Amino acid sequence: MTSIEELLRLHPFLRGLPGEIVVLVAGCAKNVVFQPNGFVFREGGDADSFYLVRHGTVALESFVPGRGPISFLTVKSGEILGADWLVPPYRWSFDARAVELTRAIAFDGKCLRDKCEADPRVGYELMKRFVPPLVERLRTARLQSLDLLDDPKRPRK
Amino acid sequence: MIQSARESENGTDRSAPDPMVPRFLRVRRRIREATDVVSLEIGSDEAGAPVPGFRPGQFNMLYAFGVGEIPISVSGDPSTTSSITHTVRAVGPVSAALAELRPGDSVGVRGPFGTCWPVDEAAGYDVLVVASGIGLVPLRPVLYHLLRYREAHGRVALLYGARTPRDLLYRRELDVWRRTPNLQVRVTLSRAGPEWVGDVGYVTGLLPKVRFTPTDTIAMVCGPEPMIRSTARELESIGLPATQIFVSLERNMKCAIGFCGHCQLGPNFICKDGPVFRYDRVRDPMAVREL
Amino acid sequence: MTGGSARSGAPIATITVDGLQLVLQALRRGGFRTLGPTIRDQAIVYDDIGGVDDLPRGWTDEQDGGRYRLARRTDGSLFGYSVGPHSWKRFLHPPRSRLWQAERGPDGVRLVPEDLPAERLAFIGVRACEVRAIAIQDRVFLEGPHRDPHYELRRTRTLIVAVNCGTAGGTCFCVSMNAGPKVEKGFDLALTELLEEDRHDFLVEVGSAQGRSLLEEVPHRPATPRDLEAARAVVARTAASMGREMASDDLHGLLGRNLEHPRWDEVATRCLSCANCTMVCPTCFCTTVEDTTDPSGNHAERWRRWDSCFTLDFSYIHGGSVRATARSRYRQWMTHKLATWIDQFGTSGCVGCGRCITWCPVGIDITEEVRAIRGSASATERST
Repeated sequence: MTSIEELLRLHPFLRGLPGEIVVLVAGCAKNVVFQPNGFVFREGGDADSFYLVRHGTVALESFVPGRGPISFLTVKSGEILGADWLVPPYRWSFDARAVELTRAIAFDGKCLRDKCEADPRVGYELMKRFVPPLVERLRTARLQSLDLLDDPKRPRK
Repeated sequence: MIQSARESENGTDRSAPDPMVPRFLRVRRRIREATDVVSLEIGSDEAGAPVPGFRPGQFNMLYAFGVGEIPISVSGDPSTTSSITHTVRAVGPVSAALAELRPGDSVGVRGPFGTCWPVDEAAGYDVLVVASGIGLVPLRPVLYHLLRYREAHGRVALLYGARTPRDLLYRRELDVWRRTPNLQVRVTLSRAGPEWVGDVGYVTGLLPKVRFTPTDTIAMVCGPEPMIRSTARELESIGLPATQIFVSLERNMKCAIGFCGHCQLGPNFICKDGPVFRYDRVRDPMAVREL
Repeated sequence: MTGGSARSGAPIATITVDGLQLVLQALRRGGFRTLGPTIRDQAIVYDDIGGVDDLPRGWTDEQDGGRYRLARRTDGSLFGYSVGPHSWKRFLHPPRSRLWQAERGPDGVRLVPEDLPAERLAFIGVRACEVRAIAIQDRVFLEGPHRDPHYELRRTRTLIVAVNCGTAGGTCFCVSMNAGPKVEKGFDLALTELLEEDRHDFLVEVGSAQGRSLLEEVPHRPATPRDLEAARAVVARTAASMGREMASDDLHGLLGRNLEHPRWDEVATRCLSCANCTMVCPTCFCTTVEDTTDPSGNHAERWRRWDSCFTLDFSYIHGGSVRATARSRYRQWMTHKLATWIDQFGTSGCVGCGRCITWCPVGIDITEEVRAIRGSASATERST
């Protein structure tokens, strides 16, 4: 059976991470699986985990009474899930629902934060990897919010 | 001898008003606020039937003759007694019919119903009013009240988010409020063209731009439910307890008096336990999908 | 309001079957419309009855999930069945009623309020669960911040002749809801049918001044210890033969903690959202309002009619329904009936009459649903 360290070494998110740091963060990690339609986390809950998706798809959603759950992003194999665990007060801003059977590596958020705090080199190596996907998501969220695919019959601007 | 039906007949008691019967008043003024959004200033009819008073946050059931009746928040100044103003967004047949009414037209009014914003309890506190889109409608009476009794409160701030410049409501009042000393007003849009020189972004992004002491602040929040949830979360994260956050919710209503059953959210009837709720009471029901 | 309780010291008497006939005649002489159980369309329903002959003498019902049949008894019992598809709410809280009319003319709108109901109603054969259900609806319509004047007037003009059940129904569970089978209060007269080899008469308890006056109009004799013992035995036998049982311990907490239990998904695969349960339930009170107009557009009416939380547009706002799935609608009905009703009105909304089980086309059993949620080892909290 592949150890958690092996799985971490294989995951694209941690590519190039020095071996001893992989071992270190593996101490905060475990294997998890989510059934189709199971929730990975719920809006308002304690944001105490960070996930590396290995296989499957997770939809980030907000529920609107009368319109139902609206998904604005899907996170797939090789991608990271969860940003609220980085920022106090560590509460999830949205629902995350596994669209299909999803396997992931879950990190205990506090464990990771503590390790970053204890060793700035570890912190920087991880942040270097977190920031680009988060910036990318921010960038594309802006484009999404421009609603460029508006109904031409509706008044513009 | 048991009393016969005739012997024991009580006269029908008409002194207690039937809460399902509207009074008919007249539209005095019609103001176009934005596309599909109209304010109706409603006054007495010729018989002089008094215009109902209201507290900020309450609503009336407005009846468009022969079409139907829907709950509409009162949006005017609570200290005005000769008329009562409602702001309607035309999204269905009844609201469209109401939005088409012209001065002189009759309109049925039942109410006022519901709980009100804690404007009296906010004495001595900083007050934060956070509105998104049509959510500014039930909050405008709060602004009128706060400005009338300004010395009763600490710092007062209005944060208002709308979608585009064309969606801004109450533009005249916004200008007046922006120029009012002792009142912080920040307005943001989701998107805008170059003619807009103000903020663009989400309404919670305005929080760092106004001054208030979170532990001594009462917040009043209204807008789409995801906005209410995220605003409340944001306020709690900066130290505003849930017992000092108030929100206004809406659900389907047919009677507004707790009999039809349509407006329930968990144990709460939006019509009589709300529409204004202290957030700690509704936070859990709001988190359950399709409750 | 009519109806008191059988306080100790209140007279307890017996009357014969002829005496019951005289009770009905006295009521009709007094201007009451006498309503009671009678057979129609192969069911025992509540309708106008002229006399004892209109009662389903010698009939019983066989009830189970999604099943209702009438069957012949071997005796001539007048009340030897449980409850059918009707409940007394159809008279106190009618399925359709006009609230007002209005005329629009050049001078404005003139409103014509509805006359308040003038009829006096006598309900004959009201079971303990039904007396409780009426009290529950009284809380809704009379004890909140608003009062329903139509309900109030009908209610004050209603006289209740209750009957303590001699036969428990196949879906009955009033015992576990603490709502029967013996009527404790809220009645004018309460009868217990005593049918043995050598007798067929009724024990009569008086519950109000109006009940006492009524009893005094018919021949009656004081109840003997034998009469009282016979009546107690009837009630005890009924209580011991309930068709169902509700595990009712802290339902409020149980359901409140299990709003995302997988059982809701399971029952949603069976529930048709047909709304039968809400129509037959004696406490369900939801209504909708219909505003209509005539072709000229100048004559408008407002009507109120029964509605059900099972309809898709019950919770419609902003272009969609909040409860868009059958799962959420079934959950709403059951958690309201058994749990949030307590927050709202101080009592459970369920009286254990079993109608929802009998009249569900697929036989969904509210007691079984509770058992399934309670019994599941990992009764899940809100987030998985």
